[in-house]
Amino acid sequence: MSIVASLRTPRGLAVALLLLALAVLPLLTQAFDQRYLLSIGTRIVIWAIAAISLNMILGYGGLVSFGHAVFFGIGGYAVGILGAHGVVTGWIQWPVGILAAAAWAALVGALSLRTRGVYFIMITLAFAQLVYYVGVGLEAYGADDGLNISRSRFPGLVDLRDKTSFYWLCFALLLGTLWFCSRFANSRFGFVIRGAKSNDLRMTALGFPVFRYRLAAFTLSGAFGGLAGILLANEGAYISPAMMSWVKSGDLIVIVVLGGMGTLFGPLFGTIAFFVLEESLPPLLDLVRKGWGEYWQIAFGPLLVLIALYARGGIDSLFGRRHG
Amino acid sequence: MMSKLFGPATIAALAFAGLQPAMAQSPIKIGFVSTFSGPQAAIGEDMRRSVELAKEHLGGKMGGRPFEIIYEDDQFKPDVGKQKSEKLVQQDKVNFVTGYIWSNVLLASLKTVTDEGDTILISANAGPSQIAGELCNKNFFSTSWQNDQTPMAMGQYLQGKGVKSLYLLAGNYAAGKDMLAGVKRTFKGEIKGEDLTKWPDQLDFSAELAKIAAAKPDGIFIFYPGAHGVQFLTQYVQAGLKNTIPLYQVFSIDAITLPQQKELALGTLGAQEWVNDLPNEQNKRYVADFKKKHGTYPSYYGAQSYDAIMLIASAAEKLKGDLTNKDKVRAELKKADFKSLRGGFKYNTNQFPIQNFYIQEAVKDADGMMTVKTIATALTDAKDPYYEKCPMK
Amino acid sequence: MDYLLLQMLNGVQLGLLMFLLAAGLTLTFGIMDLVNLAHGSLYMMGAYIAWTLIGWTDSFVLGALLALPVTFLLGVAVEAVVMRRLYARDHLDQVLATFGLILFFNELVRVIWGPAGKSLTVPAFLNRTVEILPGVPYPAYRFAIIVVGAVVALLLAWLVARTRLGMLIRAGASNRRMIAALGVNIELLFTLVFGLGAVFAALAGLMAAPLTSVKIGMGDDILIVAFVIIVIGGIGSIKGAFVAAMIVGQIDIVGRAFLPDFLKTFMTASAASSAAPAISQVLVYLLMAGVLIWRPTGLFGQRT
Repeated sequence: MSIVASLRTPRGLAVALLLLALAVLPLLTQAFDQRYLLSIGTRIVIWAIAAISLNMILGYGGLVSFGHAVFFGIGGYAVGILGAHGVVTGWIQWPVGILAAAAWAALVGALSLRTRGVYFIMITLAFAQLVYYVGVGLEAYGADDGLNISRSRFPGLVDLRDKTSFYWLCFALLLGTLWFCSRFANSRFGFVIRGAKSNDLRMTALGFPVFRYRLAAFTLSGAFGGLAGILLANEGAYISPAMMSWVKSGDLIVIVVLGGMGTLFGPLFGTIAFFVLEESLPPLLDLVRKGWGEYWQIAFGPLLVLIALYARGGIDSLFGRRHG
Repeated sequence: MMSKLFGPATIAALAFAGLQPAMAQSPIKIGFVSTFSGPQAAIGEDMRRSVELAKEHLGGKMGGRPFEIIYEDDQFKPDVGKQKSEKLVQQDKVNFVTGYIWSNVLLASLKTVTDEGDTILISANAGPSQIAGELCNKNFFSTSWQNDQTPMAMGQYLQGKGVKSLYLLAGNYAAGKDMLAGVKRTFKGEIKGEDLTKWPDQLDFSAELAKIAAAKPDGIFIFYPGAHGVQFLTQYVQAGLKNTIPLYQVFSIDAITLPQQKELALGTLGAQEWVNDLPNEQNKRYVADFKKKHGTYPSYYGAQSYDAIMLIASAAEKLKGDLTNKDKVRAELKKADFKSLRGGFKYNTNQFPIQNFYIQEAVKDADGMMTVKTIATALTDAKDPYYEKCPMK
Repeated sequence: MDYLLLQMLNGVQLGLLMFLLAAGLTLTFGIMDLVNLAHGSLYMMGAYIAWTLIGWTDSFVLGALLALPVTFLLGVAVEAVVMRRLYARDHLDQVLATFGLILFFNELVRVIWGPAGKSLTVPAFLNRTVEILPGVPYPAYRFAIIVVGAVVALLLAWLVARTRLGMLIRAGASNRRMIAALGVNIELLFTLVFGLGAVFAALAGLMAAPLTSVKIGMGDDILIVAFVIIVIGGIGSIKGAFVAAMIVGQIDIVGRAFLPDFLKTFMTASAASSAAPAISQVLVYLLMAGVLIWRPTGLFGQRT
């Protein structure tokens, strides 16, 4: 479907407007002197990349990985550890971070993709906890105190300390990730992954090596997760094991489900909704009655229950049925 | 022609003059980052109560200007703490950020506040060694201590007391390791054993207590802040060790945990830079007013937060509410010319306090309420062991 | 030798406590196919409710006994309002919804009982040590946990092996459709089983309370370990949960009591003392990963 034609559907229009808004966000925040909004925007874009990468296996593949935040950590620690040893150029830091995340994903995938259902949820969690506690034990890199790092350098290209350029870099990478994901979903490879979600016996019977396809998807997903970790470390100029706590993995799952599993733009919708809820629930409750804002989770919890019960398709399904 | 030239300038001058009083009346903004939700919210609550009390004692004004406190909840997570600090600096445009219970939240927020926002940060609790040493910053002040200092005070006291051997226990995380390193700097006796236990999810200390009983040390040194302190103490007493091996602690028995530890804590010694019975006027007033309002004793978390507000107020008074020149503000803060609840302290080159540390004992007060009282001074005018690594002179 | 015995007992006590928590989890999992992250919240609610009732009745035993039916009712209510709607859903929806329940219960506790934790004192008659062997003292309260835990485990074994309810539970774990075909009132069965699980969780929570203090989020810490246990044991298997809980209890104690000395035999003392806690912290996860790689459905799980 052509871009012009897709603009006529509600979903296409919403996505176009959303991307347009994200593209001009730095101009708006500058005009209205709202630098903090740009920080939130940057985090949304980075988390969206991570959510899209999780969606590759969770949404398309139906594999509930409960340890995706570990890739935040691997990407982030690659930047931090190399930086601490004087390797400050992003041209080395970034590929190393992405490759390390992919390698770890390949290893974990090879061991855990033999299990199913809840066993898979738990084994991915176990491996994530393993890396988390390794981070807690890394005394040379701050252990659980974390480490203040200096941002990756791309001399002559972009200065990551400049918030606006950093935002645009993240946004460009988000577009790249979306593009890759759409190619992935519509390829033969993506077809097998999605087919195996509903019936992996049939896929195997058709002669597809489902395990190897899934392993490849898991590895790719880890690589993009690592990229998000690299960006996150550069955003805060700080790394810590808390980046990869299991709660963060849980948040990522919530985001993907909230936005709409197995849809191209669902993770992006989900991330925006999640951040908007988190930022706006406390002040909203404070408006109802002063002091209630602190108890915002008492409203957020049941909201999650309602989403799980009644909003199965996520936000994406609000725009009608998906095609293709 | 003349009038044309004069016109705008005069108007501007008049407008400026007219603005002056308005400027002076615009409130000073102070951001306060602490933990207000989850299992550690009790600490944040104690801090907030003390800050509100400071506000009351100041009559809601500093340097002739009203001030407002904006509280933000870090949820005990470094990334959330950093976001909230960022919001305070960029959106609320606060003049100061203070609070910070946890080292990792402070370290995550440090650069955002001090470097990118050029805002002054005053830690009311966390004191990681990095910030005392190589990461020290002209925009960073502390009204608490550096992590190593409190256990050093405890170790010094035990050394002086002639305690021959210790068994050391702490949570397996950065502050826990700092604490054990600290006590070993001053305690020169035998270390019979040393365990770093799972953190933060250890529920059970039976294995460690059995090891201690077998090792037969002269004393046990622990660092288990908050709920873990309650847990450890209960299990220590149940194992029947209280009658045989005395317990020495830092940050594990305090006004936050005593309501739960109750009589189990009686007689246990600890070290602290502030105790609720320190004999100075401002401290008596603070503790009495706090007790009257909330029916409990304040903790050092609260006292340090109160001090942070009073420190800011002292600078604002001297500068008559004009905080535009940051160099002047920093210079005033550095004098620490205010009535601290611990009876006054000076700032070292790294802007951590040079102060006394006391030994306190858990006792019952006249009304039967559990509290701690000072029994000795362990260190006088102590400096932290990292200040020489700080490039600021 | 005495020392070894003491540490083993510690492992048994820890294992039994975790078994109580894991039993309810594996029951609901096996029969209703429900991933209930909020099981830890029931553990917490059990402890808080017991704290309140013990305060009212001024008796530990009475308050604790009263807390069990109250938590049963709470479990039934949670089942009726939320869980019932989740049985037919996939695991992801269940994870999401019950994660939401955790947030809800943690905040609810803060609203009702305040942010500071509560402490439960050990009842006077247990606040001493008993000699399990001449000259080997052991805290009486921990000994009581072992006794109660063992009795409940036996009771549960009898319930599952010998009663009609147990038969339905076993049938449900292996073939859900079959029990529906038998004309059993499934809804009632599910409600009962969920309530039963809540009672076990509450029992674990209130028994742990005098050791660990009652605090917000106390169930979240231990929940992951409970999940690890049922996964190692094989989902739906009470026997598996028991065996795995015992193994995990022993491993945890071994990691803390003996690992540092063991590492010192071939490492420097300082390397050993920093490596030991790191290793003991991940020991159960390594065990679980190992078991799942070896047997993808746990030790006693249903083969597919």
